[in-house]
Amino acid sequence: MNQYSLWKYAIVLLALIMGIIFSLPNLYAPDPAVQISGESSSLVIDQEAYDIASDSLQQADIAVKQIAIVDNKLEIRLLSRADQLPAKKILQNALGRDNYIVALNLAPTTPDWLKSMGAGPLKLGLDLSGGVHFLMEVDTLAAIDTRLRSSVTSYKALLRKEKVRGIVQINDNVVTGKFKTEALRDKASSLAFKSMPEMTRNKFQREGVFYLNLELGEQAIANLEDEAVGQNLITLRNRVNELGVSEPLVQRQGRNRVVVELPGVQDTATAKRILGKTANLEFRLAVNGDTSSFNREIIAFEDSTVEIERDIIVTGESVAGAQFGFDENSRPQVNINLDAEGGKLMHRITRHAVQRKMAVLFIERKTRKIGSQLSADNELEAVYERYDQRRVISLATIQSPLGANFRITGIDSQAEAAELALLLRAGALAAPMEFVEERTIGPSLGAENIALGVKSVVIGFSLVLFFMVVFYRVFGLAANIALTMNLLLIVAVMSMLSATLTLPGIAGIVLTVGMAVDANVLIFSRIREELANGLSPAMAINTGFERAFLTILDANLTTLLAAVILYAVGTGPIKGFAITLSIGILTSMFTAIMGTRSMINLIYGGRSIKKLAL
Amino acid sequence: MALIKTINFMAYRRWAQAVSFLLVVASIASLSINGLKLGLDFTGGTLVEVSYSQQADLSSIRKQLEQANYNNALVINFGSEEDVLVRLPQSKSSQLGDEILATLRQDYDGDIDLHRIEFVGPQVGEELREQGGLGLLTALICVMIYVTFRFQYKFSIAAVAALIHDVVITLGMFSIFQWDFDLTVLAALLAVIGYSLNDTIVVSDRIRENFRIVRKSTSVDIINRSLNQTLGRTIMTSATTLLVLFSLFIFGGEIIHGFATGLIIGVVVGTYSSVFVAANILLSMEISQEDLAVPVVEGSDQSDMMP
Repeated sequence: MNQYSLWKYAIVLLALIMGIIFSLPNLYAPDPAVQISGESSSLVIDQEAYDIASDSLQQADIAVKQIAIVDNKLEIRLLSRADQLPAKKILQNALGRDNYIVALNLAPTTPDWLKSMGAGPLKLGLDLSGGVHFLMEVDTLAAIDTRLRSSVTSYKALLRKEKVRGIVQINDNVVTGKFKTEALRDKASSLAFKSMPEMTRNKFQREGVFYLNLELGEQAIANLEDEAVGQNLITLRNRVNELGVSEPLVQRQGRNRVVVELPGVQDTATAKRILGKTANLEFRLAVNGDTSSFNREIIAFEDSTVEIERDIIVTGESVAGAQFGFDENSRPQVNINLDAEGGKLMHRITRHAVQRKMAVLFIERKTRKIGSQLSADNELEAVYERYDQRRVISLATIQSPLGANFRITGIDSQAEAAELALLLRAGALAAPMEFVEERTIGPSLGAENIALGVKSVVIGFSLVLFFMVVFYRVFGLAANIALTMNLLLIVAVMSMLSATLTLPGIAGIVLTVGMAVDANVLIFSRIREELANGLSPAMAINTGFERAFLTILDANLTTLLAAVILYAVGTGPIKGFAITLSIGILTSMFTAIMGTRSMINLIYGGRSIKKLAL
Repeated sequence: MALIKTINFMAYRRWAQAVSFLLVVASIASLSINGLKLGLDFTGGTLVEVSYSQQADLSSIRKQLEQANYNNALVINFGSEEDVLVRLPQSKSSQLGDEILATLRQDYDGDIDLHRIEFVGPQVGEELREQGGLGLLTALICVMIYVTFRFQYKFSIAAVAALIHDVVITLGMFSIFQWDFDLTVLAALLAVIGYSLNDTIVVSDRIRENFRIVRKSTSVDIINRSLNQTLGRTIMTSATTLLVLFSLFIFGGEIIHGFATGLIIGVVVGTYSSVFVAANILLSMEISQEDLAVPVVEGSDQSDMMP
């Protein structure tokens, strides 16, 4: 009795070894490092970059531990954290800011033999590593509106080309066309099907006028929203790359939100400025004599205004790139590349608009205070409103039909050209965005949180160990070994799953430590009871483990249920708590039941026992 | 931990009923009159936590912020005399935090170290509120279904009543003392549901077992006996859990304070409720042997009759 078959011992031993291996990397402190990567992925980090970096650091007397090229990135490990910022500056100057991105980083020092087994250290959440978390909301309504207007522009061009005369207007996402004859209206309808198949068409007649209503269906709207959020994601990723963060997270959340997490970022103001350029762009023609009165709009330009058409040629979404440079006469210019679709649209419109002027409209989402009001608790609070600031940032004459690549020349200064290029790049958002949540954790608080978390785990853990030995003696010792193994396994499983450790996550571990002994306590009290009922020690052990099992299962499953719900409704750090709690429950069931049992079996199994140290 | 004599818990059930009733009523009263002091996560707004190089002079900071036109800023110490927390009510601008930091740094000679800036938009705050409430409800309903399925509906009503009792009293404490109720406290509350349920289930499990094996005994006796049998375990587990929670409360830092507080209250109340509330309700629903009879499996002993 009370002997485990060999395979059960083997499982426990295997789990223990896995636990040790996968939690081991966390003991190796990471190196402060600087990471250099190319602005675009096509740039290969070669020996030349290696030499420049190594020489410039040597000249500046910055001690380097190791330089290596890893995954087309140059990883420079330093000896001291204080050297990180100076090193970054030196490298930026030596390599040039245009082609290389220099980011601060903490490089793991996991030994190769551990790495070869796929082990690595835990990922730390922002509240432990320091950094910024942003939640941004994409104004999908605006995206749909913009898209609608730009497809209507090309539809109108098509109507003109096919000589279908009529008036086409947009009201509240409904496109209405008015035509004089039924034939024209039907022709327009079939053209609409050709150029905008996603729209539902609706024909009717009123007072001798033939109408065509075009509307976006629900599916089409959902698709547009997806596209808009997707495009914004791409733009945000590019901007994040400009920031030079080693392991950023840019992720869609829900229908119209984007989460951006930048671990280790210290200069949050810059991060916000670069990410937060919540602008978008539209290329439109300036009005001429043919422009109908519906299609005119007056917009600020430099110190005065300019009247431009409402019809959109292309939007900032189509801008694939914009760089400033110099023309043949060394005057500043901006080179613009559009994507294929944008190039086609640009060509279609500008073909008939040579010598007309084209404006670049820049739209920025801003907030302003519009007054104050009394709040519920009778305090004066400011009232804000959102508004779009619209201005024309460039007005240039179209010299010849344009395509996917064109340039804006005649810019006064180099600075102006650089600014325009930056704005053009920044405007590649499909829809305006605004910050709806922001959490910035300073690096010192992160370090403090780690220290506090570790301290409370250590103290709580030691107290429980002491308590268990006092009350359950040998059995308590077995439970303590199981508890230690549980702690190892939690860390190991989290490292294996690349789960992120947060401060509430640490709280989850602490809580698990407290609750994990519950299973052992249940078993041990049961064994005591069975002893009191007159069972032999060996029988009591066996019955105790068996009887307690179902209770443990029930009790743990319900806690797991709560943890899963917590994960589903929680955000960020709370999810971290839910994860450690769930993992802890699962591992504790294993260690408390199988782990403890195998130890008790090793101690008491296979021999006759008179008395249990319980 | 050998118990020398059995405690007649159910003799105190009237007292327990009165205590629970009072606590729940007081909690509900406070919740409806004072409400909860909702944290930034739920109200929306801006929060800046900084650490001054020397002891911070709160009144001069207040004056400084007032001069800069931040009239409704709340300025308090956070954890230590050097650490200062500035909180501003709802605003739509996410720039506010940076502006406040700049204002604070402007007229101060020493170092101001930024600990954190948090900005939660009004929309997000409202959503988190809704999600939180929804989470609590979902948890309770799931638990009820699980317990009905594993035990029996009377147990499930008793378990859920005990849970509501625990959650309401914990919430009530946060309302009476006007402690900040933020996302971490909500997490604590859900963990309390898990913990208290754990406790209740262990007790219920034993009650069920005893009803099945002990014939010829009154319900009160069986419940008493079960409570006594599980008492040692209930106390031990609560003790170890409270040990770690107090360690978290004392050493875990200011951010985790609310979380630890919520759990400590929850664990204490939860332990009490699994002994008194759940068992009490089982009794008043007249739980009996028939409720728990093991269904006889038909034909289970017929295989031997095969030729």
